[in-house]
Amino acid sequence: MQNNNSVWQFFASVKLALVTLFLITITSIIGTIIPQKESFEWYVSQYGPKTAQLFAVLDIPDMYNSWWFISLLFLLGFNLVICSIDRFPAVWRQITADGLQYTAERIKKMSTSKLWESSDPPSAAAQKMTQRLNKRGWKTAIKTIDDGTLIFSQKGNWTRAGVYMVHSSILVIFLGAIIGSLGGFKGSVSIPETMERDRVALYDTREIVELGFTVRCNSFAIDFYPNGMPKEYTSSLTILENGQELFTQEIEVNSPLKHKGITFYQSSYEAYQDFVITITNKTTGNQKTFISPFQKQTEWAEEGIRFGIINAKALGQSIVSSKIWFSKEDDTPITQWLDDNTTTRLDGTGQDYQVSVKQMYATGLQVAKDPGVWWVYIGCGLMLFGLYVAFFMSHRRIWLLVSNTEKGSEIIVTGSANKNRPGFEHVFDNLASELEQAS
Amino acid sequence: MDSSQLLGITTFTFLFASFLYIGTLVFKAKKLGSLATGFTVIALLILTVGLGLRWVESYQMGIGHAPLTNMYESVVFFAWTIIIFYLGIEWKFQTKTIGAFAVPIAFLAMAYASFAPINRGINPLVPALQSNWLLAHVITCFVGYAAFAIAAALGIMYLCKKSFSKGNDTGKSKEILPSLNVLEDITHKSIIFGFIWLSAGIITGAIWANSAWGTYWSWDPKETWSLITWFVYAFTLHARYTRGIKGKTIAWLSLVGFIAVIFTYYGVNFLLSGLHSYGSN
Repeated sequence: MQNNNSVWQFFASVKLALVTLFLITITSIIGTIIPQKESFEWYVSQYGPKTAQLFAVLDIPDMYNSWWFISLLFLLGFNLVICSIDRFPAVWRQITADGLQYTAERIKKMSTSKLWESSDPPSAAAQKMTQRLNKRGWKTAIKTIDDGTLIFSQKGNWTRAGVYMVHSSILVIFLGAIIGSLGGFKGSVSIPETMERDRVALYDTREIVELGFTVRCNSFAIDFYPNGMPKEYTSSLTILENGQELFTQEIEVNSPLKHKGITFYQSSYEAYQDFVITITNKTTGNQKTFISPFQKQTEWAEEGIRFGIINAKALGQSIVSSKIWFSKEDDTPITQWLDDNTTTRLDGTGQDYQVSVKQMYATGLQVAKDPGVWWVYIGCGLMLFGLYVAFFMSHRRIWLLVSNTEKGSEIIVTGSANKNRPGFEHVFDNLASELEQAS
Repeated sequence: MDSSQLLGITTFTFLFASFLYIGTLVFKAKKLGSLATGFTVIALLILTVGLGLRWVESYQMGIGHAPLTNMYESVVFFAWTIIIFYLGIEWKFQTKTIGAFAVPIAFLAMAYASFAPINRGINPLVPALQSNWLLAHVITCFVGYAAFAIAAALGIMYLCKKSFSKGNDTGKSKEILPSLNVLEDITHKSIIFGFIWLSAGIITGAIWANSAWGTYWSWDPKETWSLITWFVYAFTLHARYTRGIKGKTIAWLSLVGFIAVIFTYYGVNFLLSGLHSYGSN
């Protein structure tokens, strides 16, 4: 497919790749110096109205999604495709080339070689050499020629495709990114404890997207370091479809929940001034959970109980303990300090009541759908593999020419490698010595 | 003895080793060279113990994590990877002259760690950093950075040799520094090595970001600058492989690349804002 068409040559050129890489590099710097995705007013306040207007026209506030930046990436991708189509056929020919087509003259001219005499006739010598080569993992091919035998073996001919693996991997990553941006979304949702949500707000457009199922936050727990920094926070989430509970899972930062291609990441939280109160009547086994705002009375009609949180002790934003006011029917009301999120037996009530009072939180979740992410991962894996093959593996070939002489045979062994020649010389020397010893 | 004392000892040992290497270079004294290597190895061992001890100390404090989580820890780790990579090159290519340029970089890194106004304490990790990807991402990135640092040192040596021996083939530099071909060869190999590790570093960062924040790439300044660095070296590899560009250009590119590395590592944290401003603690 060698095309002398100058348009083709332009797009198949490495010069274009260098220029495109250079442009992508320089323009990428702009987006790191000029903050992205701010409001127009912000740019006016920072850079003045004229510059802000210029930015808006050039799409600077969102430059990585701008038409011109995407075009540069597309140009790079196109360049890679044309380059590969242009050059791969020649490489394929080298990969599939038959080493037995080499003539004796050509072999004798090769620089990496060793020559010695053997007392065996050519056929016997050739057999010994083949056995030895096979033992060392070199698959051999034999051909009888004018004056003797030609043996050819090679390793790693496929490694010539390493560079094409790397370039393809970039295209695969681009493909994954495109699939993700076309078929995915990124948004967030805040779910207060005990409540459920079935839609999320997208980041970019603030559009609301329906999930197709419901997520309920059963509980949220947070742990702090002595210095007040958050140590760990987790949420217990349940997925429901059509009112049916499917499963429950605990998530924490770095450990998300996945369902139907949508992933929920624990990313933040919000502390409320409300309380989640669970009351258990140990005698009857009755249990109920309530959300009770601070200093507001709540009722459990069935049990004839009225209660509320009238005071609380906090360390920063997190409640450590709270004071409950509790009254059953006509009994004298009691008050008691309860540690946060600890089931405690109430003193002074007629029946056996256990209460757990917990500060209410809303869990902050990042929600993402990205059908292209596995393509990106495959591309990344292919890139690392391709880089290793391209730089650290080579195509190595060994020829043995066994010619008939009066006293037996003359053996010439030669070799070549397309990369890392010093390393190959080393391997060749060892192999040649071994072959000489065996003959 | 605690980890910070060990790290302090290391800093001065690197300084001493640097002088020995420079001495070896200037006076062409082989014995000084062996001594230089010896002291570098000793410093490396003490540094390794120091890092390990700091790791243990964090567990004793109840906030156990690998010593890779803030600017101080990462700079110390950077020095460690530079020395390991340098010693590998010294052993493989049997030349001690590069030490005069490489070991001072490690010393400067340790000196910065010890004296700059940055937080040297062992701090607890925020939830986002509590992940095994931390180890993979930081290690791969820094091995790449170290290789690029060595490539830059070699680039400087190349440019020095080139300018000292302008037209004068039998100048002093001919004997002191390795030949231009050797310098270019090791530079090229260091860049290849660094490029693969940086690729792995960017990739592990992307996978980690996806599992923590739901997005593998968000054009955050740190991410973008690591990609810019990657582009510079990709450019260098292509220029070298396909257009046969001269060694002087490659030497300059290895310096430009390292400037990009420094900006990615340090500049982004202190001069720009974003998700990665951990380093400004």
